[in-house]
Amino acid sequence: MNAIFDWLQNFGQFWLNMLEKFGRSHLFLGRMLIGSLGFFRRFGLYVRQLHAAGVLTLSIVLVSGLFVGMVLALQGYNTLVGFGAEESLGVVVALTLVRELGPVVAGLLFAGRAGSAMTAEIGLMKATEQIAGLEMMAVDPFQRVYAPRFIAGFIALPCLAAMFSAIGVLGGYLVGVEVLGVDSGAFWSQMQASVDFVDDVVNGLIKAVVFGFVVSWIAIFEGADCIPTSEGVSRATTRTVVYSSLAILGLDFLLTAVMFNV
Amino acid sequence: MNNDNKTARADTEALVSIRDLHFSRGSNSIFNGLDFDIPRGGVTTIMGPSGTGKTTLLKMIGAQLKPRRGTIEVDGQNVHKLRRKPLYALRQRMGMLFQSGALLTDLTVFENVAFPLREHTDMPDSLIRHLVLMRLHAVGLRGARDLKPAQLSGGMARRVALARALVLDPMMIMYDEPFTGQDPISMGVLIELIASVNQALNLTSIIVSHDLQEAMSISSHVVIISNGKVVEAGSPAQLRASDSEWVQQFLQGNPDGPVPFQYQAPDYASDLFGDRPR
Ligand SMILES: Nc1ncnc2c1ncn2[C@@H]1O[C@H](COP(=O)(O)OP(=O)(O)OP(=O)(O)O)[C@@H](O)[C@H]1O
Ligand SMILES: [Mg+2]
Repeated sequence: MNAIFDWLQNFGQFWLNMLEKFGRSHLFLGRMLIGSLGFFRRFGLYVRQLHAAGVLTLSIVLVSGLFVGMVLALQGYNTLVGFGAEESLGVVVALTLVRELGPVVAGLLFAGRAGSAMTAEIGLMKATEQIAGLEMMAVDPFQRVYAPRFIAGFIALPCLAAMFSAIGVLGGYLVGVEVLGVDSGAFWSQMQASVDFVDDVVNGLIKAVVFGFVVSWIAIFEGADCIPTSEGVSRATTRTVVYSSLAILGLDFLLTAVMFNV
Repeated sequence: MNNDNKTARADTEALVSIRDLHFSRGSNSIFNGLDFDIPRGGVTTIMGPSGTGKTTLLKMIGAQLKPRRGTIEVDGQNVHKLRRKPLYALRQRMGMLFQSGALLTDLTVFENVAFPLREHTDMPDSLIRHLVLMRLHAVGLRGARDLKPAQLSGGMARRVALARALVLDPMMIMYDEPFTGQDPISMGVLIELIASVNQALNLTSIIVSHDLQEAMSISSHVVIISNGKVVEAGSPAQLRASDSEWVQQFLQGNPDGPVPFQYQAPDYASDLFGDRPR
């Protein structure tokens, strides 16, 4: 009997803690948004963070995008050729990338590369008392540390997703047209005719904006909320990658349902 | 406690007054009824066995931690009741030297010292350069201005942090163990520096330190805390003359006496040979 009560108590405690953390993360988000009002005064910091989150993630995003596009062309060609519809390869590749794989895969890569780095950096700043030091110098860490990273992540991911899709299409072209021999004119013209700017491109970018927002929020909150030891920082980094990936995949389903099926 | 009240009444002008402070970390109670004043101007040293909560106390004076009960007033303002704006204004007038230095690792030594100036003033670059180099020169690190914090030794980092704490000309500075990790020469210079800065700028300095002789030599007031309470407070001479066995043991560093060396623990023999292994 006691074991059951213990279990119930732990179970309840776990959910209470989760709920409390959830609430705290929203307060944190609010203060971060207020902190980002210092955008113009600290423009240099924002540029530096945009470089760290965006430019340094660019190479891995471009390489992955190229390969994903090439694989899509291979798989798509094999299926389409059975129906004699290999001319539509461009449409298949472009729609898959722009609507789904661009935002989602770029988001996952971003969480793994930039999100984990943000968490680790902020966690270490906390562990080495830099955050406390800022507060004691009457400098708001939300303005100086958190907001620049948040805004940078939020701007960087849509750009990265767009580049992922663009280079993916190029990869699809290389394999589809140059290697497998699909007609180049058909590849581009069908793509141009079927991919809609608002329905496909803009919706894909909206996804990327949402993912950028959520991933940066999770990454920065986990860093600021971590237990300031080496173990605490490493756990927080892991949590960032896990929660961000789950959030991206879950939100992708919701957004797709809303955008493309209603 | 009696002693403490005496000194509190003697110094009518206290810069920091701590009243009935209670604080605990989980089940570990750290302060239970801490009560003392830090007089304005002059150097106050806070001493106590390792782990009594001296660092915690400094953080509470800076309003980074909230007490469970009791108040801390700095310059007449209850720091835990202040809203963000006035609290930040107050903090600009309090410098704090962290035990680890707490330098910003993404900035050079120069930029670290210039940081408070850039944040809180509109000084032109030439003036900032002047002030920063003066402070760095005072701590003997003018030549290290282009190094990153990772390239400094622990003692050097703490001296840079001292330069940074001084750069805004605060009304008080809290030093958390400023002398640890300094060689005899920099130690001498630091003591000199803390004393002279205190004189010249008419500061109030609060030092947490284990280096008894050094700290006592420059302080005008000493407070010893243990077990969450003030054990003894007064001038260094008063303390040396104290007839409390506890204070004498602490000042002389004898291992045996009323001051426990061990963190609270069960009886040694029963812990080793007892039938309740853990
Ligand atoms: N983050 C924390 N979580 C839980 N307990 C803590 C934490 N920080 C400190 N403590 C506890 O608070 C007590 C006081 O710590 P504090 O760092 O203030 O000691 P101190 O007097 O500065 O010691 P030292 O002279 O060794 O620096 C210690 O017993 C420690 O176990
Ligand atoms: Mg300490």
